[in-house]
Amino acid sequence: MKIVVTVKLVPDPNGEKKLDPATKRLVRTGVETVINPYDEYALEAALQLKERIGGDSTVTVFCMSPESLKESLRKALAMGADGAVMLSDSSLEGSDVWASAHAMSLALKRIGFDILIVGGLTDDGSTGAVPGALAEFLGVPCLTNVRKIEIADGKVRVERETDGGYQEVTGSLPMLVTTALTIGEPRYPSLKGIMGAKKKPIDMLSVADIGAADTVGSAGSKTELLSFAPPPARGAGQIVTPEDPAAGAAAILAFLKDKKLV
Amino acid sequence: MTDRSAAARFEITDEQRQIAALAREFAQKEIAPHIAAWDREHYFPRSLYTKMDAIGLMGVLVDERYGGVGAGYGAYALAVEELARVDAGSAVTLSVHAMIGAAIAKLGNELQRQEWLPRLSGGDTIAGFALTESDAGSDAGGIRSTATRRGDGFVLRGRKQWCTNGTHAGVVMAMFRTGGVGPKGVSAFLVDPKTPGVSVERETEKLGIRTSNTCDLAFDDVYVGPEALLGGEGEGFGGAMTALQGGRIGIAAQAVGILAACLDASVKFAQERMAFGKPIGAYEGVSFKIARMATDLEAARLLVYRAAALADAGTPSPTLASQAKFFASTAARTHASEALQIHGGYGFTTEFPVERYYRDAKITEIYEGTSEIQQIIIARSFLGRL
Ligand SMILES: Cc1cc2nc3c(=O)[nH]c(=O)nc-3n(C[C@H](O)[C@H](O)[C@H](O)COP(=O)(O)OP(=O)(O)OC[C@H]3O[C@@H](n4cnc5c(N)ncnc54)[C@H](O)[C@@H]3O)c2cc1C
Ligand SMILES: Cc1cc2nc3c(=O)[nH]c(=O)nc-3n(C[C@H](O)[C@H](O)[C@H](O)COP(=O)(O)OP(=O)(O)OC[C@H]3O[C@@H](n4cnc5c(N)ncnc54)[C@H](O)[C@@H]3O)c2cc1C
Repeated sequence: MKIVVTVKLVPDPNGEKKLDPATKRLVRTGVETVINPYDEYALEAALQLKERIGGDSTVTVFCMSPESLKESLRKALAMGADGAVMLSDSSLEGSDVWASAHAMSLALKRIGFDILIVGGLTDDGSTGAVPGALAEFLGVPCLTNVRKIEIADGKVRVERETDGGYQEVTGSLPMLVTTALTIGEPRYPSLKGIMGAKKKPIDMLSVADIGAADTVGSAGSKTELLSFAPPPARGAGQIVTPEDPAAGAAAILAFLKDKKLV
Repeated sequence: MTDRSAAARFEITDEQRQIAALAREFAQKEIAPHIAAWDREHYFPRSLYTKMDAIGLMGVLVDERYGGVGAGYGAYALAVEELARVDAGSAVTLSVHAMIGAAIAKLGNELQRQEWLPRLSGGDTIAGFALTESDAGSDAGGIRSTATRRGDGFVLRGRKQWCTNGTHAGVVMAMFRTGGVGPKGVSAFLVDPKTPGVSVERETEKLGIRTSNTCDLAFDDVYVGPEALLGGEGEGFGGAMTALQGGRIGIAAQAVGILAACLDASVKFAQERMAFGKPIGAYEGVSFKIARMATDLEAARLLVYRAAALADAGTPSPTLASQAKFFASTAARTHASEALQIHGGYGFTTEFPVERYYRDAKITEIYEGTSEIQQIIIARSFLGRL
């Protein structure tokens, strides 16, 4: 079973995020780069799946990112992935969702997979639109927000998280699955894993390798970000200074009712 | 294996960086949410070390042959520093534990290595160090506990004071007198504290590093076999000093971690706290404190990494290890006080962590050789014994 996990490298979520007004892109210099937290859950799901299936199953990590960030991908290998493939090319800069997903799908076709496990969202772009686009370009079914994956007799059986509970859905391979955070806490890499990760391959692909020259970057994109603005500053709050706790509670309740929040 | 050429060139390797990142993530997730309560309650988080062992941190210095990863002193120092940045107590638990593993690897015979090292790395067994007695601290050559021959083995008698990890240890490296007075009469032993006759007499309440366990161990006619002797008879004092040379890199790294935490907290507070219409960091009385703190942090770090790099290159420098510990611990204590000062009244309250850094920093100037003893070692390496 060939399990492939997509992993995006994003600016450290604990740091401050800035948009460059000139390029309208996220500032990625001077900040630590980490694996997109949602993708660690996807990787955890992949590693668990591999452990359950056993045999000659492999977990390959796929990442589209500048080559300079390559070392940040080692953590995925230290956690237990068998190898990684990186699609890197300066012409990819400025790709929108369509162009990104298109390029990624060409690379993923080359890599090949039985099941493609994708985190549902990134911490930077946060469109959540890549998984659906990928499934479309790859021509595979897509099951989203999954908290449990089982594979038997070439069939995938998943539990999809919903607002009120969960659904059981089955489908056939090859398939794309996006993971919910309830799939399980990502493991720590071990020191053994870290020391061994250096020996695992990170294969590089260029835009020429996947034959996507005209459909990448700003030029190949179908959308354009025109402008952006920070969210409006929050107005001053209203402070209740009641005589006693009961009066305070009543005042707050009245306020919430007035705003139709309760 | 450690990358010796990189160690000699004194660079932080990719693996070391990743181990530091792992220790940071681990400390953030597993310790940071609980540290205020653990500190308040003098709580030793035993299960934390089971988790730390599972990811391989407890075996950071243990060779691959014995179940570790042999990541070396650079990785050890970085891991201890990252833990100390969140909790100096768990940093010293790891530091002392790893120091004992390294001592067993260095001083022990093959049977002892096979017996203990896999337990200390992946076997969820914590190690402790027992040299100090009520009347012998700096003057460790003056210990009075005795080991007397009985048959093939020895009978241990005496009291050991302030043994780090003692209550929870599965093995302690303990020094006893087998011969005449002075350092040459001391031998080292590896003792399982569950051996009949060993008991925890008292747990020490402390100003700081409260998540670290410190206890007094009583040895009442404890019989141990010949396999307990670590190194030769009469070589125990030298063995303890060898262990401490590595350990001092760990304590220096602990001091660096506390110092880094002080800087993090001070920068944040100085940017946010307003006085007289400006953030307090705009005033030189505050910003220069931060400048000095950041500079000493960097200098301390370089000393620690350099001492670690030399150890990893196979050419350890006891003098440099002492210099690193002396400088880093002085800096940690000084700047913890400054960090508290920057926080004003808030710094004195338990609402902010700096009062804990202030309490924790002090011990780094005391254990594994006081700052006075470090200066004796450093001075002697230049002057000889006058
Ligand atoms: C502020 C901002 C606003 C933007 N708005 C738009 C917009 O409105 N429309 C538009 O078309 N583009 C937009 N973009 C660009 C868009 O974010 C990028 O095209 C990006 O590559 C798409 O990914 P995402 O981060 O939104 O991914 P998401 O769709 O949120 O990611 C879902 C999953 O896809 C996988 N994935 C995503 N990117 C990669 C990658 N590079 N390598 C490997 N796996 C990956 C990960 O597993 C991830 O968990 C915006 C970018 C920014 C910074
Ligand atoms: C929390 C904690 C944990 C500890 N953990 C361990 C452990 O795991 N194992 C262990 O064996 N010990 C441990 N110790 C003991 C520690 O190493 C000793 O406290 C330390 O070495 C100092 O010894 P002392 O307290 O007896 O002080 P003393 O030796 O009595 O010194 C008192 C003062 O005199 C100074 N002094 C002594 N001699 C000289 C001199 N020649 N010149 C100048 N000044 C001098 C000292 O620097 C100090 O300021 C621990 C102690 C504490 C508090």
